[in-house]
Amino acid sequence: MADGPVAEVLLRRLEAADGGLDSAELAAELGVEHQAVVGAVKSLQALGEIIQAELRSTKRWELTAEGEEIAREGSHEARVFRSVPSEGLPQSELMRLPSGKVGFSKAMSNKWIRVDKSAADGPRVFRVVDSVEDEVQRRLQTVRGGQAEKLGEKERSELRKRKLLTEVTLKTYWVSKGSAFSTSISKQETELSPEMISSGSWRDRPFKPYNFSAHGVLPDSGHLHPLLKVRTQFRQIFLEMGFTEMPTDNFIESSFWNFDALFQPQQHPARDQHDTFFLQDPAQALQLPMDYVHRVKRTHSQGGYGSLGYKYNWKLDEARKNLLRTHTTSASARALYRLAQKKPFTPAKYFSIDRVFRNETLDATHLAEFHQIEGVVADHGLTLGHLMGVLREFFTKLGITQLRFKPTYNPYTEPSMEVFSYHQGLKKWVEVGNSGLFRPEMLLPMGLPENVSVIAWGLSLERPTMIKYGINNIRELVGHKVNLQMVYDSPLCRLDNEGGPPPTQEAA
Amino acid sequence: MPTVSVKRDLLFRALGRTYTDEEFDELCFEFGLELDEITSEKEIISKEQGNEKAQGASDVVLYKIDVPANRYDLLCLEGLVRGLQVFKERIKTPVYKRVMPNGEIQKLIITEETAKIRPYAVAAVLRNIKFTKDRYDSFIELQEKLHQNICRKRALVAIGTHDLDTLSGPFTYTAKKPSDIKFKPLNKTKEYTACELMNMYKTDNHLKHYLHIIENKPLYPVIYDSNGVVLSMPPIINGNHSKITVNTRNIFIECTGTDFTKAKIVLDTIVTTFSEYCENQFTVEAAEVVFPNGKLHTFPELAYRKELVRADLINKKVGIRETPENLAKLLTRMCLKSEVIGDGNQIEIEIPPTRADIIHACDIIEDAAIAYGYNNIQMTLPKTYTIANQFPLNKLTELLRHDMAAAGFTEALTFALCSQEDIADKLGLDISATKAVHISNPKTAEFQVARTTLLPGLLKTIAANRKMPLPLKLFEISDIVIKDSSRDVGARNYRHLCAVYYNKNPGFEIIHGLLDRVMQLLDVPPGEKKGGYVIRASEGPAFFPGRCAEIFVRGQSIGKLGVLHPDVITKFELTMPCSCVEINIEPFL
Repeated sequence: MADGPVAEVLLRRLEAADGGLDSAELAAELGVEHQAVVGAVKSLQALGEIIQAELRSTKRWELTAEGEEIAREGSHEARVFRSVPSEGLPQSELMRLPSGKVGFSKAMSNKWIRVDKSAADGPRVFRVVDSVEDEVQRRLQTVRGGQAEKLGEKERSELRKRKLLTEVTLKTYWVSKGSAFSTSISKQETELSPEMISSGSWRDRPFKPYNFSAHGVLPDSGHLHPLLKVRTQFRQIFLEMGFTEMPTDNFIESSFWNFDALFQPQQHPARDQHDTFFLQDPAQALQLPMDYVHRVKRTHSQGGYGSLGYKYNWKLDEARKNLLRTHTTSASARALYRLAQKKPFTPAKYFSIDRVFRNETLDATHLAEFHQIEGVVADHGLTLGHLMGVLREFFTKLGITQLRFKPTYNPYTEPSMEVFSYHQGLKKWVEVGNSGLFRPEMLLPMGLPENVSVIAWGLSLERPTMIKYGINNIRELVGHKVNLQMVYDSPLCRLDNEGGPPPTQEAA
Repeated sequence: MPTVSVKRDLLFRALGRTYTDEEFDELCFEFGLELDEITSEKEIISKEQGNEKAQGASDVVLYKIDVPANRYDLLCLEGLVRGLQVFKERIKTPVYKRVMPNGEIQKLIITEETAKIRPYAVAAVLRNIKFTKDRYDSFIELQEKLHQNICRKRALVAIGTHDLDTLSGPFTYTAKKPSDIKFKPLNKTKEYTACELMNMYKTDNHLKHYLHIIENKPLYPVIYDSNGVVLSMPPIINGNHSKITVNTRNIFIECTGTDFTKAKIVLDTIVTTFSEYCENQFTVEAAEVVFPNGKLHTFPELAYRKELVRADLINKKVGIRETPENLAKLLTRMCLKSEVIGDGNQIEIEIPPTRADIIHACDIIEDAAIAYGYNNIQMTLPKTYTIANQFPLNKLTELLRHDMAAAGFTEALTFALCSQEDIADKLGLDISATKAVHISNPKTAEFQVARTTLLPGLLKTIAANRKMPLPLKLFEISDIVIKDSSRDVGARNYRHLCAVYYNKNPGFEIIHGLLDRVMQLLDVPPGEKKGGYVIRASEGPAFFPGRCAEIFVRGQSIGKLGVLHPDVITKFELTMPCSCVEINIEPFL
């Protein structure tokens, strides 16, 4: 309330004052609360260099309520003395007086009164002296007059012990004129208006300063989902690396494409009801490429293409069973099969990012559906070294540079390697992906040439996203239980850039 | 991936040296194992059942090691140690021998009744074995690991091990009516019929999982000795009579199953691993199995086979340049005894009976790469030159979702699986009208069907975010699934765009405006002429009467928009009016 009356008065007084003025004194003079003057000082300070205010703290003695009473009415002992007439008073009557109990003993020890215990109607109190000097009242009056310093240390502490006097600390401002001192502060403008611009009046007007520590008003806007922002980045990375996107818009897949085509035997645990969602309707695939199916069957049951096979009774019915695809590798198998039908063979680089489904036990990091990222390169003479080289480039684009590779087993790749990266936060190596060369038993029945190798790798989209956005429960990220505030607040996704505030000049 | 739990100190003693946890972890990593956890029996019990129960349990340090799912030879301490010692060239890979007994060979006769239930059986004898408590425990544990993995929870193969000195051959593997089978099962003092056993084991936490394999069959498999003593009723339980103990010296092993190949692998794995403790190390006594057709087979097979792989093929597939001699040395470290032969470029590799996982040259190449060290391989970039293309549907989706956000709507990401109720009852539809695909084995109602519309997911997202300030404006562009007999699998996806507006007023004009904006973005003009779009009054059970319109583009219906019916709003546990639009975007490709 810089425009309030107190502030105005303060400025006028200050204009007339020599040097400055004290906020407490001004409050006393104006008969207002000291706090009102302090408020005026603060709001004037916020306006810039109009005033200067220096905080001072002073100690002051003040009377307590009882002290006030004594300053006014006299001390209890004096009041006792005064109530005793020259012919005396029965002690029992004296004790009934308001100051009786407290004042009696003090008046006794001051030897102002005496008690005659032999009186006929009980003990009787008589004056000892004719008049008394009420020293306590006088001292309190001195303090009330603002002259506490005239009392000795000992006298003050005695009064304090009697709870008649307290020492208070008073914070006051010593206010003086600032470099931009003016008494006309009430005419500050809040905002620039079109009228001011056209009339040019803005030139003569003071403007109220902005509070730059306040928050701005966020724009009304829509938001992209953080997981899909990360998906966009992964697509971008694959496209930068020359990979073509595979069609993956078929959640329903036959066991044939999901498992058999990948040389995953029919008794494999992944084909168990406990791990895979099978379909009741439509329960079976209607069409399968039968020539190819026969080659797959032979490879599983009898071997071929240099393989012993798994030597079991392969069943077409099992291959026909429809399911919700458990990995996008089924889409890769379809893409590679299509590639194999094109003669002559042309090298290919493929990628996909889409949903897969697992009938698994759910917990904080596992859902029944998640997104899989997959990359595939098919060419003559590809090596494990090539796979590692491609992975290095891919992960470098994710901002992951420290990689190492662990041998592992996957049903449809051989050799297989798990990709580990060093996590600075966790201070350990964590798995970031799985990879390998597709088995010849998968590729050759498709009709791909013998010297063509296919390297492939995969990872989940959710995991890097949860790490990136610091999310611990996957349900906060995926599905309807998402926290929309998190979606609203999520920053841009630049996978090769940790985000956060820009480095300071010194750090740079 | 199976996890094998071994006592650390026992492991180090067998390896002939100690390691720090980090060193051992490193060794595992290099070899393709994973030191998953360092714990103790006490710690495990305390974690699972609380500190009190763990009182007095052993605090011997245990290593839990993840083993690749195809390496049955590494599923116990003995196997792990052998693999690592050969890898580190501290020992040579043992040569396993099948020997004939001095006396009469043990015989197992299979009768034809087994054909319909569990037709295969193989057998072998471990003679003069010397167990200790740890060895015995490991022997039992290996059988359990094999049962859980390659045996597919005993469905494909079941193992029975017996104290041969308590039995007298020849043995008969047959199948009988459950009521005709009666014996004293393992660790029981009285006899039960098979029916009683099956009943009793329904409450046994371990055995109840195997009952279904034979439960409803008319005949149960059973093995007898020549005196009519029951050895086992596979795949459920052994007899108590032939129970092995730490003092057993001669073990008769039988494996029955439905998969002959796997039964042979299981038998080979057990005998190769534990013949180490036989008086004649790494020898296994043969047993004969007579098949119903009269054919005689001798087991264990312990087959060694030779493979030829060209050195340059290994180098070419891995991306290294090693001499054939070096490659042979690398392979030998993986228990694949190899030598250079012929023109000096051929490597002859001996595949031992322990390595059933090697079925193709690519498996041999992987082992060469592991022994070379994956992390020593030079990384190179392939010269494959390709031009990248986006999948057109995904490209359109990407472009649209950015402009949907620019139009002030927030993107949701909802599940493709949901309950029948979500896509039918709650929207006032009958499930048969949805053409939804149905899942046969959902664990909960949340996974009954694949969604046929994106709307329920968005409404559930709003329901979970009712505390957020209004209005809520959400959209999603994703796939729904519909049965379609013209597709090879009988179903197909459609890419849908759905948006909802949720506020104190229905805001139909806002959703309508959004549709106009989407059409503008897709360059489709309003009006029926020149391939434009129109909306026509329509109805639907999900919509408030008179507040629903169908959207036509070039005369083809692509979806609907409107104000949701109060019943729909209530069923999704919402309280405010809501309008929505949902269209198929595939016609715009």
